[in-house]
Amino acid sequence: MSTILSGAITFALACYALASILVVSRLVRGPRAQDRVFALDLLYLHAMLVVMVLGVRHRSDYYFEIALLIALFGFVSSAAMAKFILRGEVIE
Amino acid sequence: MSMPLVWIELIVAGLLVVSGLLVLVAAIGFVRLQDFFLRMHPPALAYTLGSWCVAIAAALYFSYLEGRLALHPLLIPVVLAITVPVTTVLLARVSLFRQRAADADRSVATTVQPRTVTDADRHSG
Amino acid sequence: MSLWQRCLPAPLLSVVLLVLWLLLARSTSAGQIVLGLAISVIVPILTAKLMPQNVRIARAGLAIRYGIRVLGEVVLSNLAVARGVLGGAAQRPSAGFVSIPLDLRDPVGLTVLAMVTTIVPGTVWSEIAADRSTLLLHVWDIGEEREFVSRFKTHYEQPLREIFE
Repeated sequence: MSTILSGAITFALACYALASILVVSRLVRGPRAQDRVFALDLLYLHAMLVVMVLGVRHRSDYYFEIALLIALFGFVSSAAMAKFILRGEVIE
Repeated sequence: MSMPLVWIELIVAGLLVVSGLLVLVAAIGFVRLQDFFLRMHPPALAYTLGSWCVAIAAALYFSYLEGRLALHPLLIPVVLAITVPVTTVLLARVSLFRQRAADADRSVATTVQPRTVTDADRHSG
Repeated sequence: MSLWQRCLPAPLLSVVLLVLWLLLARSTSAGQIVLGLAISVIVPILTAKLMPQNVRIARAGLAIRYGIRVLGEVVLSNLAVARGVLGGAAQRPSAGFVSIPLDLRDPVGLTVLAMVTTIVPGTVWSEIAADRSTLLLHVWDIGEEREFVSRFKTHYEQPLREIFE
């Protein structure tokens, strides 16, 4: 692997890490429940992207399955939480 | 043999850098913007072009490594294109709904207030 | 209902399932093709009762052109939103809600419209009226509101009406 590609991979991973820190700050700050759910959904996306880039770094095709699973679990959990904060307010 | 590999690696590296920058810009927008609906726009950068770049890079790289067409990483953008609108629209509706509920509470409070005032008036009178 | 329709209730779904199976199996060996064909025949028959309505694409060429245009639109909108985020408050364009009268009534077409408006970063589908006559859209950069509405209707809605109705 050339130094350019490994450098680009490191750069991309650093960007994802920085972006995750920013999103976590929004997750902590809120201010409302929907902001937090959206932040969690973005964190799932970042995790998925990290796994895909690691697949390129380790030249292994099998990271793809993990990325697909993270995308699907992220969708299910975010949709459930969004539905919950929609319904929770209705019952209240 | 080594010459094409260098070119493939250059393209893959460029795509990964673009994706990293887009995801970072999306996160910056998500943190800096003030209004919730304004904040819903930048994450779409990460959901669309940010993840497309990574998927195309992975597809290119594995196609070259394995010497055959490896299109399966492109399933990730397809899955995201199907699932992301569901959560985004749900959250937009949540926000609108809660805003309306809060507004309704406030208007109830303002309509209640005169009544308490008249109650107080009656008590005093 | 003809035998052909009974065996393949949703041909489009069958094709998608076959392609998906081959991509996930990462091989086009004869065994995988047989397995994929079996799944793409059996699953649509089992799920036929779950489908609210069959998807019919009237104009395939237009659908492909529409998809390509949406891809281009997504890239342009990505750049616009990124510029708005990095440019600071001075460069931030006018954002706000726009309500758009809809002529599209087909549920599948409306689903695709919801997908497209959410995928394009500059717009977020917010709410649709219960009778499907009006759409509330949050837009990153409205510009001239009347112009935006007419552009939205000709660029996004009109092709979907031609494809699905």
